[in-house]
Amino acid sequence: MTRKVLASAALIAVTALTATGCTGAAAPKGETATAAADPGSVSGTITVLTHRTDLVQNGTMKKYAAAFNKIYPDVTVKFEGITDYEGEVKIRMNTENYGDVLMIPNTIAKKDYPSFFASLGSSTELSEKYRFTGNTTVDGKVYGLATVGNANGFVYNKAVWKKAGITDWPTSPQEFLTDLKAIKAKTGAVPYYTNFKDQWPLTAGTASIGSVSCDAEANDKLATSTAPWAEGSDLNVIDSLLYDVVHDKLTEKDPTTTNWENSKGLIARGEIATMQLGSWAITQMQDAAETAGTNPDDIGFLPFPAQKDGKFCAITSSDYQQAVSLHSEHKPAARAWIDWFTEKSGFARNEGSIPTAKSGALPDTLKPFEDNGVTLLEQSQAKSAQVNAIDNAAEIGLAKPDYRQKLVDMARGVQSGSLKDYFAELDEKWSEAEKTTGS
Amino acid sequence: MTHTAHTPTTRVAKESTAPRTAPRKTAKSPRPRRGVLRRATPWLFLLVPLALLITFTYVPVANMIYYSFTDWDGVSPEIHVVGTDNYTELFTRPELFRVFLVSFYYLAASVVQIVIALYFATVLSFNLRLRNLFKGILFFPYLINGVAIGFVFLYFFQDGGTLDSVLSWFGAGTDHAWLGDPTSANVSLAGVSVWRFTGLNFVLFLGAIQSIPGELYEAAELDGATRWHQFRYLIVPSIRPVISLSVILAVSGSLSVFEIPYIMTGGATGTTTFVIQTVKLAFQFNKTGLASAAAVVLLLIILLITWIQRRLVPDEKVDLV
Repeated sequence: MTRKVLASAALIAVTALTATGCTGAAAPKGETATAAADPGSVSGTITVLTHRTDLVQNGTMKKYAAAFNKIYPDVTVKFEGITDYEGEVKIRMNTENYGDVLMIPNTIAKKDYPSFFASLGSSTELSEKYRFTGNTTVDGKVYGLATVGNANGFVYNKAVWKKAGITDWPTSPQEFLTDLKAIKAKTGAVPYYTNFKDQWPLTAGTASIGSVSCDAEANDKLATSTAPWAEGSDLNVIDSLLYDVVHDKLTEKDPTTTNWENSKGLIARGEIATMQLGSWAITQMQDAAETAGTNPDDIGFLPFPAQKDGKFCAITSSDYQQAVSLHSEHKPAARAWIDWFTEKSGFARNEGSIPTAKSGALPDTLKPFEDNGVTLLEQSQAKSAQVNAIDNAAEIGLAKPDYRQKLVDMARGVQSGSLKDYFAELDEKWSEAEKTTGS
Repeated sequence: MTHTAHTPTTRVAKESTAPRTAPRKTAKSPRPRRGVLRRATPWLFLLVPLALLITFTYVPVANMIYYSFTDWDGVSPEIHVVGTDNYTELFTRPELFRVFLVSFYYLAASVVQIVIALYFATVLSFNLRLRNLFKGILFFPYLINGVAIGFVFLYFFQDGGTLDSVLSWFGAGTDHAWLGDPTSANVSLAGVSVWRFTGLNFVLFLGAIQSIPGELYEAAELDGATRWHQFRYLIVPSIRPVISLSVILAVSGSLSVFEIPYIMTGGATGTTTFVIQTVKLAFQFNKTGLASAAAVVLLLIILLITWIQRRLVPDEKVDLV
């Protein structure tokens, strides 16, 4: 008996020791994926990991690859669409096999970028040409280029808002609430849809940090803030608005069984008036309107209802960034794909999003923003590493749905607690974590 | 050539001259070989399952135990051993254990589940028309993938979904949001888990009941025992080991509920279980070390409860005769 126990203990100890070797895959840090001068000299087969399974399935990505091959005939591009992108790629990154080009998963800490990705060049050089390079800059080097950028605000059905007699954009949270009440009273539509069940749509509020204070560095300031939810702060205003909307029963009847795919059709048919989302959603809703046989032009985009000095501010932030794997055997080909995709593919235009290249024009979907003088601010990510570290240590999850789900539950009255106490609790967790992470 | 020709005779001669020693010798010399082979045979058969067991169970568990002593974030190449810090943190944060209260819903549900399964197993063990059809119907839910069940029941509970429309046919239509508040949501989810696992308990009970020899029923009937008496004094005592196994499975199952609430509510509205919380620690907040410690603690809790249960209700040998 004792011999058996000893043997199995030894076995466990040995496996534990050998297992430690698995995680620390040593790789040549600091390699650069340089762009080749002559397209004809680039060759090889590259695999692109992408979260856009829809574009892989309907053949759109193949068309991009075909266009790419006109310039780079010797490169074969393969796509791997992954549904649970974050979860799956994070685990695959423990090996050396995570494609040649991939979208940087959100869970990867910024300081680890150099051990997973090849650098694309210096930030001084690239930031002149491209937007959103700050997101992936570590020690002056850029590790990923954004596929596209998005403005943050609310997608709304213009026809429904008009039917309720509202023509101007609400300029304050109070006005936003009044407008939603008018929609509830005068139309049959659900004024606001939370998409509570699908969780991620609730994180849209976090992307708007900065739109209240009209400050591109608002997100960076969280790194040194001891009370991010203090009265009048961005998070306070954004989350209070969500609370009030739910509390005043201006949302769908049962948030726990919402359905994202359905919601597209609902807003297209005018059964939902408003949803908080990024500008990337506009084209999807317009497609839904076409399918439903309603007018795609009815789908519009609102800035966050807050003004500074009489002007709206909308925060733009980067979508997934493409990076070259440090273990790629065809780095020039991978780099060529990223450069081409960012600059020449026309992806941003097709998606109705903000192009990463600074030379690119704003999409039609954001034309109303330009016309109405909305200030577009690029969210600074200089301190995002510290902010994320505090966020994780505090287990709040600014970009995760849980804390807003609890907020919605409290607003609906199914979980006890007042908003003020909840904000105080969040503030305390945040400042506590800030001390321990030592930033 | 000559040698070969001679051998038969020499062998015969040997056998005839030494009839006593020869068989002994032949028996003795192959014995060690056959003995080694005989001893090795079970291991050879076990080789594949053992390899699989070690690769897919013990190595991951050993890894998890190792991670629980580190501050690993799940992906970073940097990994520091921090000793028992994770365990200290775990036990100094009582709110991490509050989620076990949710398990009581599932524990209560498993009582219901065992009773239902026992009832149907008993009824269907007697001769009944369409017996096999009913067996199939009862076992069927267990065969469906948990994720699929989650989606099916999401439509079932949704506002104006299957449950609401069925209720309204009977004039009992309510406006109740089934997953809307913590109590209702947990009861609904526990109900789904009863629906899913009753089949498994049912099959376990049925198998045990069918192994009771038929003469015993006959004898009982001759003695004038009713169906209830047969159940109480014949069936229950003979399937006691299976019942106690079911209880152990029920307790450990209720402590580690995951699939159904994770798919249906994602742990929102007070439906977070310990495992969901652990998954969120590991994959949302990148605290793989802390999450591994939580998983180890859950394992220890389940082992402890099982041990206590075996102490309280020892597994007696069933002897009906």
